[in-house]
Amino acid sequence: MIEIVKLSKKYKAAEDYAVRDLSLKIKKGEIYGLLGPNGAGKTTLISMLTSLLKPTSGRFTINGLNFQENKTELKNIIGVVPQEYALYPTLTAYENLSYFGSMYGLKGSSLKNSITAHLEIMGLLKFANKKTSTFSGGMKRRVNLIAGILHKPKVLFLDEPTVGVDVQSKNVIIDHLERLNQEGTTIIYTSHHLNEAEFFCTHVAIIDRGKIIVKGIPSDLVKNQEGANNLEDVFLAQTGKALRDYA
Amino acid sequence: MHKLWASTYKEMLLISRDIGGVAILFIMPVLLLVVITSVQDSTFKTITDFKLPVLLVDNDQGEVSKSIIDNLDDSNAFEIIQIDSEDEARDAVFSGKQQLAIIIPENLSASLQEKVDKNVGSVLERFGLDQEEEKVITKDDPKHEVRLYFDPASQQSFKNSIKNGIDKMISQIEIQSIYNAFQNELGEDESEDNILFETDGFISFVEILPTKGNKEIIPNSAQHNIPAWALFAIFFIIVPLSINIVKEKNQGTFVRLRTNPVPYAIVLGGKTIVYLGVSLIQFTLMLLVGLYLFPLIGLPNIDVSGKLATLYAVALFSGLAAIGLGLLLGTIAKTQEQSAPFGSIMVVILAAIGGVWVPVFVMPKFMQLLSRISPMNWGLEAFYDVFLRNASFVKILPEISLLLLFFIVTLLISIIYNRSQNAV
Repeated sequence: MIEIVKLSKKYKAAEDYAVRDLSLKIKKGEIYGLLGPNGAGKTTLISMLTSLLKPTSGRFTINGLNFQENKTELKNIIGVVPQEYALYPTLTAYENLSYFGSMYGLKGSSLKNSITAHLEIMGLLKFANKKTSTFSGGMKRRVNLIAGILHKPKVLFLDEPTVGVDVQSKNVIIDHLERLNQEGTTIIYTSHHLNEAEFFCTHVAIIDRGKIIVKGIPSDLVKNQEGANNLEDVFLAQTGKALRDYA
Repeated sequence: MHKLWASTYKEMLLISRDIGGVAILFIMPVLLLVVITSVQDSTFKTITDFKLPVLLVDNDQGEVSKSIIDNLDDSNAFEIIQIDSEDEARDAVFSGKQQLAIIIPENLSASLQEKVDKNVGSVLERFGLDQEEEKVITKDDPKHEVRLYFDPASQQSFKNSIKNGIDKMISQIEIQSIYNAFQNELGEDESEDNILFETDGFISFVEILPTKGNKEIIPNSAQHNIPAWALFAIFFIIVPLSINIVKEKNQGTFVRLRTNPVPYAIVLGGKTIVYLGVSLIQFTLMLLVGLYLFPLIGLPNIDVSGKLATLYAVALFSGLAAIGLGLLLGTIAKTQEQSAPFGSIMVVILAAIGGVWVPVFVMPKFMQLLSRISPMNWGLEAFYDVFLRNASFVKILPEISLLLLFFIVTLLISIIYNRSQNAV
C-alpha cells in the first residue's frame, strides 16, 4: 500500500536531516503509528507523504502512485488531518465541511449525506450551523477530522489527531477511526499518546532523529523490550529520558 | 466548475461574515470621494460664490490704483480689504492670517502718465508732429513695483495664477494709458463717437469643449474625482485580498487545500470572482453617490447617459488588474504585517505615478515614463476617455487590454510562485 524507500529531508537552514534514509512498508488495512519525541521527524515524514513537503532524496509510492506522476489521482485517494485546526473560524461546521468536501469533488446529496452522517457520529449535528470559532478544542478536532474523511479516503494521514482534547472527544475520535479502518481505510498517524497508540495501532514505528529505531506490532515490541510493561517503557528505553526541546 | 463555484461561495461567506470589513470596503471609498470632491470643487467652478480676501494698500490714490481695484472687483474672485499700512499687511500675510496682500506704490498713476506722455511725445515728434515742449526719455526714470505678499504656505501654482492675473491687469492699464495719451496728443476728444483706437482685445481665445450630440461636455470636479477615486478604491482591494490569502496560510486551511485535489488557480479563481464583485459594487456606489448624493449636497453631478456599459467595462478590467496584484502580494507575503502596509503604500504609489493626484503631463520625464507602466494610469485614462472625452468602447480597447494583460501576468506569476514554493 505505502512503500517508502530511503526518504530524506533536510531543511535549508538546518544542520541536520529531519528525516534520514527512512524506509518503511505499510500494508493495506493497517493502522500505523509513527511515534517519537519532539523533533523526531514524524510531522516531516507525514508532510512529505501528503505532498506538503518536497523530499530532499528518496522516493515513496502510495497504492502504486506517486506525486510526481499521479498528483491529482493520489490526492483523491488520501485524506489528511493536520495537527492544527485547518478550519475557517467564521464559517459554520457545515459550511467548512461542505467546502472541503467540494474540493474532493463531492456535491449534492452525497456531500450533504456524508456531512450529516459524520457530524452525527461525532456528536456535532446539533452544532452544524454554529461558527467553528465558538467551538471547544475537542469539537474543533472532530470537525477537523471529518474534513479529512468526507471523501472516504483509502489512506488517511493524521498528525496528532487527539492532541489537546478531553477524554470524551478522544474516545469518539478513536472509535470513529477504528470504524473507518474496519471499512478498509489504511491509517497512518502520529501521536505523543503512547497508551492510545498501543491499543489503537496495529503497527508502530518509533522514530528518533529522523530514523526508525524500532518498529513492529505494539505487543511484540513490549514483549521484546527487557523490563518493559507497556509501549511507554519501550519508547523511553529506545529514545532515552533526556529532554528534547528544540527551537 | 463545481470546485470553482464552491470556492466562490466560500469566499462570499467569508466576506459577508466580516460586517465591519464590508462596511469599510464600501463606506470608506464613498466617504473619500465626497470629501475630496467637496475640497476640490471650487477649483473646477467657473463661477463661484467664494471670494478670496485680499489686503490692499493703496499708496497711489490715483487712476491706476482705481483701475486695479475695479478690475479686482470685477473679477468676482476677490474680496478687497483696504488698509493703510504695508507693515500691517505683511504681518497679516506672513503669519498666515491672510493669503495675499497687494501694495500699490506712491505716485504710480502720475509716474505712469508721465512715462507714457514722454513715450508718446517722442514718437509723435519723430513723425514730425509739433510738440508743445520737448519730452526726453531717460533710462533713469524710476520703475514702480506693485508688491505682492503671499502666505508662505501658499502653493506655487496659486502664486503663479495670481501673479499672471495681476500682470495681465497692469499691462492692460498701461496699454489703455498709451492709447489715451495718443488720443490726447492728437487733440481728439474721448467721446464715444470719436474714438481713434479700438482698445478692446482684437485677439481673444475661446475654449472648445467636446460635444455629445449638440451638447457640450463641461468637465466638473465630480467627473474628475469619481473615476480617480473609484479607481483608488478599487485598487485598495489589494489590501483585504492579500490579507485574506495570508490569513488562510496562517490559519492552516491553506495547508489542507494543498493536500486537496484542487489546483491553486481554482482557489484564486474563487477569490477573483468575489473581489471583482466587491470592486464593481464599490464602483456602483460611487456612481450612485455622483448621481444622487452630490446634487443634494451642492456638488456637481455626473452624466453617465449612454456611457454605463463602457464605464463598467473599465471598472471590470481595472478590478481585475487590482485583484491580480492582490493575489500576487498575498501569495508572496508570509504575514499580514508584510502584506497590509506593503499593499497600502503600493496603492498610494500607483495612484501617484498613475496621475490620480497630479496630472501625468506635469510630472518629470522619468515619472511620465513610469506612469505608462502603472495599471492605475491605464484605468484612469480609460475612465477619462469615457467620462470626459466621450470615447467609444473601441477607443478604450488598448487601455483595457493592458489591464487584462496585467491581471493575466500577475495571476500566472502567483501560480508559478506558489508551485515553486510547494513543489513535491
